[in-house]
Amino acid sequence: MTTRTVAEPRTASTSPRRRGATLSSRRQRWGWLFVTPFLIVFALFLVFPLVYAFGMSLFTTTLATGTAFTGAANYLKAFTDPLFLGGMGRVLLYAVIMIPAQLLVALAAALVLDTLATWLAKLTRLLIFAPYAIPVVIGALMWSFLYSPRFGPAATLFDFVGLATPDFLAPDTIFGSLVNVVTWQWAGYYMVVIYAALRSIDPAVYEAARIDGANGWQTAMHIKVPMISSSMVMVVMFALIGTLQFFTEPVVLRSVAQGAIDAAYTPNMYAFSLAFSYSQFNYASAIAFSLGILVFVGSYLFLFLTRKQSGLK
Amino acid sequence: MKSKILAASGIVAIAAAALTGCSAGAQQAACTNTVVHPDAKQVSVWAWYPAFQDIADQFNNTHEDVQVCWTNAGQGNDEYTKFSTAIEAGSGAPDVIMLESEVLSSFSIRNALVDLTQYGANDVKADYTAGAWKDVSSGAAVYAIPVDGGPMGMLYRKDILDRYGIPVPTTWDEFKSAAQALKNAGAPGVLADFPTNGRAYTQALFAQAGSTPFEFDNASPAEIGIHVDDAGSKKVLSYWNDLVAQGLVATDDAFTADYNTKLVDGSYAIYVAAAWGPGYLSGLSDADSGAEWRAAPVPQWDAANPVQINWGGSTFAVTSQAKDKAAAATVAKEIFGTEEAWKIGIEKAALFPQWKPILESDYFRDLEYPFFGGQQINKDVFLRAAAGYTGFTFSPFQNYAYDQLTEQVYAMSQGQKTSDQALGDLQASLEQYATEQGFTLK
Repeated sequence: MTTRTVAEPRTASTSPRRRGATLSSRRQRWGWLFVTPFLIVFALFLVFPLVYAFGMSLFTTTLATGTAFTGAANYLKAFTDPLFLGGMGRVLLYAVIMIPAQLLVALAAALVLDTLATWLAKLTRLLIFAPYAIPVVIGALMWSFLYSPRFGPAATLFDFVGLATPDFLAPDTIFGSLVNVVTWQWAGYYMVVIYAALRSIDPAVYEAARIDGANGWQTAMHIKVPMISSSMVMVVMFALIGTLQFFTEPVVLRSVAQGAIDAAYTPNMYAFSLAFSYSQFNYASAIAFSLGILVFVGSYLFLFLTRKQSGLK
Repeated sequence: MKSKILAASGIVAIAAAALTGCSAGAQQAACTNTVVHPDAKQVSVWAWYPAFQDIADQFNNTHEDVQVCWTNAGQGNDEYTKFSTAIEAGSGAPDVIMLESEVLSSFSIRNALVDLTQYGANDVKADYTAGAWKDVSSGAAVYAIPVDGGPMGMLYRKDILDRYGIPVPTTWDEFKSAAQALKNAGAPGVLADFPTNGRAYTQALFAQAGSTPFEFDNASPAEIGIHVDDAGSKKVLSYWNDLVAQGLVATDDAFTADYNTKLVDGSYAIYVAAAWGPGYLSGLSDADSGAEWRAAPVPQWDAANPVQINWGGSTFAVTSQAKDKAAAATVAKEIFGTEEAWKIGIEKAALFPQWKPILESDYFRDLEYPFFGGQQINKDVFLRAAAGYTGFTFSPFQNYAYDQLTEQVYAMSQGQKTSDQALGDLQASLEQYATEQGFTLK
């Protein structure tokens, strides 16, 4: 293989102009051929289901009267449905609390680890990243046991200091409990992204800063953070999309806190229960598409507002 | 160049083969059990009964014309989700499916089940109790063959009640006094749990006081009567709300790991349970070593006119996607239609039979249960409960109704609503839902 690749430019250079054009078109042909398997999968498992689901969302099926074409009626219903809008409001609130929490933890850990170069730093990096390696369902299940008043360690800890044990699964505490689970799981991943960006900064910049008399804190705040802003934008983007589609953690915790987490807790959960618990596949498609539109608009708006930081402009 | 093209197309070919290759083996039906007579008609069955392997083997060994091909597609809602998706897709459903009687209307209204009267269901009607048969019927149609039931009784910790000198309650008034006495004695646990996600359990308790929440007949599927806030349910829910407010019972969610432990570690002295409850209890770990369980009839509102209730129970239905519906109906009728099958069902799977020949046999009546200190719990409790049960009509959107019930009862247990408000809101939400779904309210 290697010898052939090396040999190729020589044959191509015999008559550069004429062969150059055919070569590039031939290369493109081969390029398409290599992309074909992906395109087939992409069309079969993404484009086709999307078109199919959109088609479904234009019909309405009721238990008693059957299916009828109703156009945009499902969308009008979705955007006036208090359960959908309530769920949307809830995930926005999660976004406002949870994304800064994850970002702060990730940034602080990355900045600290970046300045250290001992084996302890390497171990710590691995340990902070470890929760991301645990499947989300397993992580949430594990937390459901940690939150359990019977099996969890909380009762022992709070008894030890003489305080009443809080109920982590009550309606007014479940929000914080879920923020904790997600932050625990994702902060390590974001930390690695930010850490990688920090590593790619030219050390000469730090040297210049040191010569100018900047201390560690000033270097971090005024050199490092601005220079990795594009990575931070990417991290927030991931977190934003993930939070708006919040699903797995509340679904798993719902099995131990049915009262505090209802079937329409997040828009994704609402779509799921509409389709699979209440057999309203058409309206569920409309909810899923409405959520998709809002996530798209939200992400686009965010990228537009941060175009300077992300380097898109 | 040539060899490069060859190599490249080779890679593409391999990639394409890898993509299509996975579908090659999927066509063959994967039976969990062994098919004894491979030339006979095969009927695919979804079921989650424990020890069903033995039942399927028993059927296949005794039938030469029909064979069962069994798959466990998950328990309860897990299976229903798959079935529901298969209905929507138009393919992928099994020929025969295990369904709880409470969801039969939800599937029959979607034309997913076959009316079995055309395949001889009425021939076996005499083999089942009237209540069990009503649960699988909708008007004149019969959508499933009953298998097991959940006539209700009260399982209690004799050792705990004895320690505090509390008599076994026979009425709900006595039940309340017992709860108060246990609390006054400073016992570490409570008398019982009132789970806000009780669903079918809560509805059964309502039914005992005469609540008939739904009127529905699949013959006129666009009409439904909803009376979830009738006098019976109001009476029962306000009774429990009172116990909850006074801290006499717990309100832990049912079927969680916490709840399972509390059931057997003495946190609750009484478990108001269905006939499958003993099987459930004996399968739990971390039990109190000194626990002495006994069974008694479910407490009554009026001791002079006892009302028997049922919680759960499952059936075999034939799906409208079944290729050979007659063969599928044969399986539904006969798989639990022998004493041999039922001995496996009773002894290995702790099922409570609806099939009269075994239900009314001396064997079943006199069976002694080691878990209950050798008590003949069927004779003492469950046979009477099964015989007295008169059947129940479920709604065609039972899952939604249960989810709403859970939300309302939870709000009540948190002190946000009175029991009457909770039931009023439940009535309003179900009426709205039924109207949205195109039903006319009766």
